[in-house]
Amino acid sequence: MTAITAVVMPKWGLSMQEGLVSAWHVAIGEPVEQGRELCEIETSKIANVLESPASGIVRRILVEPGTTAPVGALLAVIAPAEVEEAAIDAFITGFASQRAAASSEPGGEAPAPRLVRLGDKSIRILEEGEGEPPLLFVHGFGGDLENWMFNMPELGRERRAIALDLPGHGGSSKVVTDGSIPGLALEVAATMQALGVARAHLVGHSLGGGIALALALDRPECVASLTLLAPLGLGSEIAGSFIAGVLSANRARRLRPVLEMLVHDPKLVTAEMVENVLRAKRLDGAQTALETIAAACFEGDRQRWQARARLVELRCPVQVIWGEDDRILPVAHSRDLPQAIAVHRLAGAGHLVHMEKAAEVNALIARFILACA
Amino acid sequence: MPKKTYRQAINEALRQEMERDPRVILMGEDVAGGMGSPGEDDAWGGPLGVTKGLMPRFGRERVLDTPITESAFIGAAVGAAVTGLRPVAELMFVDFFGVCFDQIFNQAAKFRYMFGGKAKTPLVIRTMYGAGFRAASQHSQCLYSIFTHIPGLKVALPSNAYDAKGLLIQAIRDDDPVIFFEHKAMYDEEAEVPDEPYTIPFGEAAVTREGDDVTIIAMGRMVNFANQVADKLAKEKIGVTVVDIRTTSPLDTETILDTAAETGRVVVVDESHPRCSVASDIAALIAQEAFEHLKAPVKMVTAPHAPVPFSPALEDLYIPSPQKIEAAVREVLAFSARA
Repeated sequence: MTAITAVVMPKWGLSMQEGLVSAWHVAIGEPVEQGRELCEIETSKIANVLESPASGIVRRILVEPGTTAPVGALLAVIAPAEVEEAAIDAFITGFASQRAAASSEPGGEAPAPRLVRLGDKSIRILEEGEGEPPLLFVHGFGGDLENWMFNMPELGRERRAIALDLPGHGGSSKVVTDGSIPGLALEVAATMQALGVARAHLVGHSLGGGIALALALDRPECVASLTLLAPLGLGSEIAGSFIAGVLSANRARRLRPVLEMLVHDPKLVTAEMVENVLRAKRLDGAQTALETIAAACFEGDRQRWQARARLVELRCPVQVIWGEDDRILPVAHSRDLPQAIAVHRLAGAGHLVHMEKAAEVNALIARFILACA
Repeated sequence: MPKKTYRQAINEALRQEMERDPRVILMGEDVAGGMGSPGEDDAWGGPLGVTKGLMPRFGRERVLDTPITESAFIGAAVGAAVTGLRPVAELMFVDFFGVCFDQIFNQAAKFRYMFGGKAKTPLVIRTMYGAGFRAASQHSQCLYSIFTHIPGLKVALPSNAYDAKGLLIQAIRDDDPVIFFEHKAMYDEEAEVPDEPYTIPFGEAAVTREGDDVTIIAMGRMVNFANQVADKLAKEKIGVTVVDIRTTSPLDTETILDTAAETGRVVVVDESHPRCSVASDIAALIAQEAFEHLKAPVKMVTAPHAPVPFSPALEDLYIPSPQKIEAAVREVLAFSARA
């Protein structure tokens, strides 16, 4: 078995069908380590670097900078030096014919989000992959299921993965009656029930982390494991200026510095990302919904809901992941937790740790779930 | 996110607002078609099919085909607005507004002011504008500057399908008269448009490109041309900021002045004639309020001070093109003041 690795156009987000390779950071013949930045990719929503899936030598680069390629298209080939040129060529030919065969199969379409009815409300979800119990991703305040664009495709390969839009967010109904963390946890539980999901591995970020934690405390039978990414509920502080900024900023130029608080590297905040948040806020009812949730969860720089004292009640495996440069929720909230909780603090990441350090977070989640089994 | 055309986005905005609020009605020439004749109902849906399907959905009571008498039906729409309805009147081509200026300038625009704020006139007039359709001088003008000049009117001109839906819903919910400009060459252009209703506030420009070297202020169809130029020049490492003003009244002076100050070099692109235009208005604003930041004179790219020609070859030359915009950007970049 030769170790030839295909570097393909990734799928970042629901609607991504193609991407533009704007620049290569490596040349043919160059040795690379796994995780090395190979090239810059731009989509209509985001610009980011593509990291090398393997270590080896860059044997072929198949698209010129400035070229647009569909998701899944072969961009480059990485292989050890001993692999012969003919084998590389055969690999490329084989890849092309496999891809042609796959694209002619029915059901090869990218998964599309759909609405789940909960009484008179609806919750938008996206699911892919197979394998129970599923992973369930819960985003943070002002986010939506697109926030998992770097995590779902990867983690959904080995098991069923579901992401939802919280009430008041994304494509879900904008009616929020109870905006508190326990109140929103009930809505997530109801969504699970409507989907026929009895138990799930919960992955929650920030507000979504608080919600996942509340669900594990109040409905432990629903939760197989808990991955909390910079969650609410483990300390009292929060950067109230972020919440106030998300609520009040109605122009891209005012919102951008607010969103830059989320990340270690402000370049991750693209014009499209800012625009998407603005567009979500413009939907009828969205502003009121966000205000209801903010009022129920925060008071200035304080969090209203506290769960640290109850962590000892948790019966499922729990891990906590935090970016060391988090400017929204202090990384100190990840200290002095019960021994049973695995804690990972990642350098070079802010509050959006699952976007900034996607590969590491994905690996931590995959390993954690495997250990739970 | 579903892709929809400019035409579909406008149709969806009308449908959703008519569903939400029974006071919203449509009126205009052939907005359905077939009224008072043995012809087919809803045969037209407006001259370019924008309102198609709304009459079968909401009935003749709320979708009114009017006679070809703009002075009469615009007057009726103004009256309906002050007495409790929220009419959306379609006046086919902006070129035809001349016959009903009194109803708009002296009546609709003045009621709130002259009645001490006690009257409101929640009226929208939709209209088509713009050249490029081989429709000659009387069916190709822009004329939004004329309405921008009148206090009491609001003026929106969306540059894409997403903005068209959000600005039209905002217009319908607004308590003042709004003239809503649709470029006839843009109806088939697609963009991602949410299925849900949403509003884009008036007076909030969109910054559609960001760069450090030159600022282009554009409106309507010209925004797309400006974006093309910005994308092309980005490959030469020339950074261009593009501002889509979205509404000419109210005008987002803050974004215009901020982005003008940031680069110090400004091109204003407007499809209308240059004299007393939105372009000259914005150029004057920048000259007055941001003079100390300017590194070059503000350059305007507009149509000439001449009627729109019928000759296709001349019409193509008449409309501001991406090439003309690019040349203007290079000109302001090359400018250096003599010491």
